[in-house]
Amino acid sequence: MAEIIRNFFKALRQITIGDRKYYMWLAFLSFFIFVGLAAYVQQLNRGLIVTAMRDQVSWGLYISNFTFLVGVAAAAVVLVVPAYIYNFKPIKEIAILGEMLATTAVILCILFVMVDMGQPTRIWHLLPFVGAMNFPSSLLAWDVVVLSGYLVINLTIFLYALYKLSLGKEYSLQFIAPLIILSIPWAVGIHTVTAFLYNGLSARPFWNASILAPRFLASAFCSGPAIMLVLFQIIRKVSRIEIEDKAIFKIAELIAYAMCLNLFLFGAEVFKEFYSGSIHLAPMKYLFFGLHGKTSMVPWMWWSVILNITALILFLTPSTRKNFLTLNTACICMLMGIYIEKGMGVVVPGFVPTTLGEIYEYSPTNYEILITMGIWALGAFIYTLMLKFAIPVYTGELRFESKKNKTA
Amino acid sequence: MSKKIRNNPLGIKLNRRNFIKGSAMGLAASALPLTKKADASFLDVFFQKHFREMSKQEIQEVLDRFEKTYSEEYGKKVSVKATPAIPGVLFGYGLDLSRCIGCRRCVYACVGENNQSRDPQIHWITVLRFKNGEKWVDLENSESYYNPAEVPEPDHFYMPVQCQQCENPPCVRACPTQATWKEPDGIVVVDYNWCIGCRYCMAACPYGARHFNWSKPNIPPDELNPETHYLGNRPRYNGVVEKCTFCIQRTRAGKYPACVEVCPVGARKFGNLLDPASEIRYCIENKRVFRLKEDLNTYPKFYYFFAT
Repeated sequence: MAEIIRNFFKALRQITIGDRKYYMWLAFLSFFIFVGLAAYVQQLNRGLIVTAMRDQVSWGLYISNFTFLVGVAAAAVVLVVPAYIYNFKPIKEIAILGEMLATTAVILCILFVMVDMGQPTRIWHLLPFVGAMNFPSSLLAWDVVVLSGYLVINLTIFLYALYKLSLGKEYSLQFIAPLIILSIPWAVGIHTVTAFLYNGLSARPFWNASILAPRFLASAFCSGPAIMLVLFQIIRKVSRIEIEDKAIFKIAELIAYAMCLNLFLFGAEVFKEFYSGSIHLAPMKYLFFGLHGKTSMVPWMWWSVILNITALILFLTPSTRKNFLTLNTACICMLMGIYIEKGMGVVVPGFVPTTLGEIYEYSPTNYEILITMGIWALGAFIYTLMLKFAIPVYTGELRFESKKNKTA
Repeated sequence: MSKKIRNNPLGIKLNRRNFIKGSAMGLAASALPLTKKADASFLDVFFQKHFREMSKQEIQEVLDRFEKTYSEEYGKKVSVKATPAIPGVLFGYGLDLSRCIGCRRCVYACVGENNQSRDPQIHWITVLRFKNGEKWVDLENSESYYNPAEVPEPDHFYMPVQCQQCENPPCVRACPTQATWKEPDGIVVVDYNWCIGCRYCMAACPYGARHFNWSKPNIPPDELNPETHYLGNRPRYNGVVEKCTFCIQRTRAGKYPACVEVCPVGARKFGNLLDPASEIRYCIENKRVFRLKEDLNTYPKFYYFFAT
């Protein structure tokens, strides 16, 4: 027992004590977290009227971010698959960083849903047994189940692996392998369920297209690994963790394939909508050309297309893929492109035009933007703390005490 | 007002100092909810069970509590009932499009009867205007903010839309907490104390019939209708969804919905679909009726027809 307490304090010290840069980074993030929190308190007091959402467009920036982040969370699987199934060593060693990212992303997803709720204190109504969860009928109930399950699985995997490593032991594959195998279909599951959440609504023709779930997965396999690529480069720069170029280039290659698929699926949808030209073309037209003179989404969507295609070319060409300057440019392009395409680009056209034909132009207010930034900053904060602990454990600089260690 | 909502990505401007000051105060207030509402009723409301899981006695206690709260808040005697559905009744609605003149009296009668928020405005009925001779099931060509000096306007016709009380309601399926359901007499209701405000039902509704309280609803006390139903027109909270209930507080007491009563041209019909002698059955059997978006298989109990 005393040992556990000592080890707990050891971990706590590791997280709280750092150099100047570390504190400055945390202070920087804390500023945005505080501003976001302050904005959220205002939203709580005055209601969601501080957002630009209205009955016409009843979901906005929050749910867009939620959708994007479910993709990021799911994409950890891209790293886990080759690492464990094909035993691709360079990636296997860093898969744990991906699982930590997935965990953080799921936490952010939950927060984005929370801030979107009109009555957040009633969240317990969602729980089975205590509340009145509408399972299996409501897809949102499904989403609660799969997301919390995913959170538990990923937490277990990386906490267990870190715990073993911190004791200086190799983790037992017997325990962890079934969990990892489970996490792969589960990752596909969380994103499929999130897609079905939109997909199942016959009231919204833009979402009610079978291509939605495949498109969600394809774009997730772009954005998630792109974030990882950037993070890996930062991590190996600021810590003693060595991440081979080979691993990075392999991931970049995977992204290129995913992006091809993503653009193909997008093209398939564009063809179907524009060629058949039924009244259900309206949301698509609104996105790319505007409707009845309302064009606020148009520049964003064209930027997204341009960014995605630029990223694809840079990822696909071996010489630009293996040059860090162009590689990082590609990552940034892709992240911005997918963030637009899959955030507002999916959520808003579901509501425009409304089911009664009205066109309400949604554009987020400062409150929504500040709260969103606060949540992202909190995510970065959480991930930083996780890394602060995980990295020295990984490199062997931090070791917990145990009886065995002493006798050995 | 409607125009304002439409164009308004928010007239709210943030002054930095006020913003931080307000936030700090709000932070303190929300951190200590009990100091503000230190009575037991706050906890009673928080832990209140789902309406359909409550026993008769528990429902009565809840109704008494709300009568007390509302009466204090609005300074007059407010009654909150939970009259159950009458056996053998399935409510149905008919709307004669050839009679409707687009006057919106139904809209405002509904607001008064059902205690919708006046600021921001919530309307359970939307009246759409179409041009004669143009395609009109394509709702994109409709106009809901028309504002002429006089109605009816030449070359136009009108189509009021409200909750269609679907027999197969997509909103009920979507709700993650079972806070909305279909009653035995076919009315889709919301428990305002169970709704978490996720607005998934609004995304699921093909008729734009569900409305959200984006801020604390505001009803002048002298305009409050004190005859209320728990599942209907009692005052609502900030952050919950509401919708037309066929005036559950009236129809379960044998009266017509307010919109039916107020309509100056008799375009609105209402009755029991299970009663072969009812007016609504006569309309369905003798007029050429149709329902909105029939291809979605929601089976609305709201029938449109052209009588002439």
